[in-house]
Amino acid sequence: MALAAGDIVRFGWGALRGYPVRTILMLIAMAIGVAAVVVLTSLGEGARRYISGEFAALGANLVIVIPGRTETAGISPTTLMGETPRPLTLPDAQALKRSYQVRRIAPLNVGSAKVGWRGRSREVVILGSSSELLDLRHWRMAEGRFLPSGDPERTAPVAVIGKKIRDELFGTQRPIGEWLRIGDRRFRVIGVLATAGRSMGFDVDEVVVVPVASAQQLFNTESLLRIVVEASSRAAIKPVKKFIIDTLQERHQGKKDVTVITQDAVLATFDRILGTLTYAVGGIAAISLAVAGILIMNVMLVAVSQRTTEIGLLKALGATPHQIVVLMLAEALLLTMLGAGIGLLLGELGSLLIRYLFPVLPAYAPCWAVLMALLVALLAGLLFSLLPARKAAKLDPVLALSRR
Amino acid sequence: MIELSHIHRNFRVGNQMVPALDNVNLSIAAGEYLSIMGPSGSGKSTLLNLIGLLDRPTSGIYRLDGEDVTVLSDRQQAEVRNRRIGFVFQAFHLVPRLTAAENVELPLILAGVPVAQRAERVERVLAALGLADRSHHKPEQLSGGQRQRVAIARATVMQPAVLLADEPTGNLDHKSGQDVAQILEQLNGGGITLIVVTHDLAIGQRARRRLHMLDGRLERDSGASGG
Repeated sequence: MALAAGDIVRFGWGALRGYPVRTILMLIAMAIGVAAVVVLTSLGEGARRYISGEFAALGANLVIVIPGRTETAGISPTTLMGETPRPLTLPDAQALKRSYQVRRIAPLNVGSAKVGWRGRSREVVILGSSSELLDLRHWRMAEGRFLPSGDPERTAPVAVIGKKIRDELFGTQRPIGEWLRIGDRRFRVIGVLATAGRSMGFDVDEVVVVPVASAQQLFNTESLLRIVVEASSRAAIKPVKKFIIDTLQERHQGKKDVTVITQDAVLATFDRILGTLTYAVGGIAAISLAVAGILIMNVMLVAVSQRTTEIGLLKALGATPHQIVVLMLAEALLLTMLGAGIGLLLGELGSLLIRYLFPVLPAYAPCWAVLMALLVALLAGLLFSLLPARKAAKLDPVLALSRR
Repeated sequence: MIELSHIHRNFRVGNQMVPALDNVNLSIAAGEYLSIMGPSGSGKSTLLNLIGLLDRPTSGIYRLDGEDVTVLSDRQQAEVRNRRIGFVFQAFHLVPRLTAAENVELPLILAGVPVAQRAERVERVLAALGLADRSHHKPEQLSGGQRQRVAIARATVMQPAVLLADEPTGNLDHKSGQDVAQILEQLNGGGITLIVVTHDLAIGQRARRRLHMLDGRLERDSGASGG
């Protein structure tokens, strides 16, 4: 005596429609559970992607060389000041170009100087670097061009200015070709940066970039604040790091007096932290699913007592205990699938709303979370219906039918 | 075809075991028309449930067509109920959300009868009971007499050998009750074994063989009529 699948579905569907209040309550419970998982994990995942995206924009393949040796990884005040017995120099930077795994390098020197044009002037962060900085930082130009390529040890009286500097000094006038005063020297403006926001601790729209040799003259120094090296790939980061340390050790009379920072390490840490966050969020969501499951069990138990007579009747008509279990489970499964479907829809809508309200947050629920939510919902629906279904199957038909 | 020997059925009430059936011996031939009467609590419904395999005896042997059915598993008993026994209840017990036709279809679904055959069988049995134009009505749209006829259609759609009716006219007015009794008798005329439990003397007297029960014992048996 096997029930046809079509009959099981039809019977279950009929039973669900026959008790709309119960059905709607359970649908809500299930839908909220699944929607919670989807929305919460999409939030967690969004935060993770946002932060790792920000890091990637800095250049995930970058290796930063800082003079001085600090045991603690990261940027300490001393490394920023460049206080070290043995400074990094331009020849050091040039030497780092010799590895095939190094794609670009940009020496970096930073200082502050008064920048003026005609009557206007202000204090500005001056960045001394090379032509490769543009691509290395993924900056874009608004007007003109970036620093000319060529021997970085040669000075050139040219400058690239940030957007805000242009607005403040030149207003509506065209800055390209104008001569700027920087400290006691004159530089011709050859380009304006389009990029805004912070990069490496500076506001890009508030800097003036000049050739590194010119900056060294300007600040009267031989040393570099740091050297930014771009490895040819993520996999090349490790060998490049070793190459840098070895090369500089050789150049510095065997002293290991530089610190090499890879963003990759930072990125990996953040990935780990935020991955954990996503799992934690998933855990919270799973609890809400479990709650929904218990709700389902209660409502199913009520359903069994509500339908005692019907179950007794089915038994009198010759339904085997197995058939009763199948019918009850099918009903629960239908309900769960419907609820999970609605929940998925609501959850995705919720994520969409979050992405709409906070465009910077890529709040997409990860695939595994959606699958887990659906799977757990189905399992919970089945598991929590098993008890009521078995109770129904064990019902004494005589007692069930004598109740009115 | 139905043979009960030394059937006892005890119920536990508090700490005491109360006998509902006390050494019942009964033999019913195929095609008989039997009524079981007696006061409330005399055990007549318990006897009917036992015959219908809704209940198991505490002791004793029940043979249906020579086969001892008391030793069957729940699943096997369910199959026997499905194929060989039809029930008609006082309260009709129609599933309210299903139409008349769908209610009648239930035993066919449980038996796994293919869809193609079902509609035809349901239609035939409903038509035979004068309900052809009511097949798509919900129970609430039907009169008491019509509901009981739907229930009878459902009980007979599997063409069982035995039809068990527990106070089939108890919830009906006199006219509908007469109709239902007549329908049951027609079915009996067609060869089905009919057992009716009733309080109603007038209904009970119509049976060819009449049992009286008292305190769980068969008090009087008008004797096998020979069908």
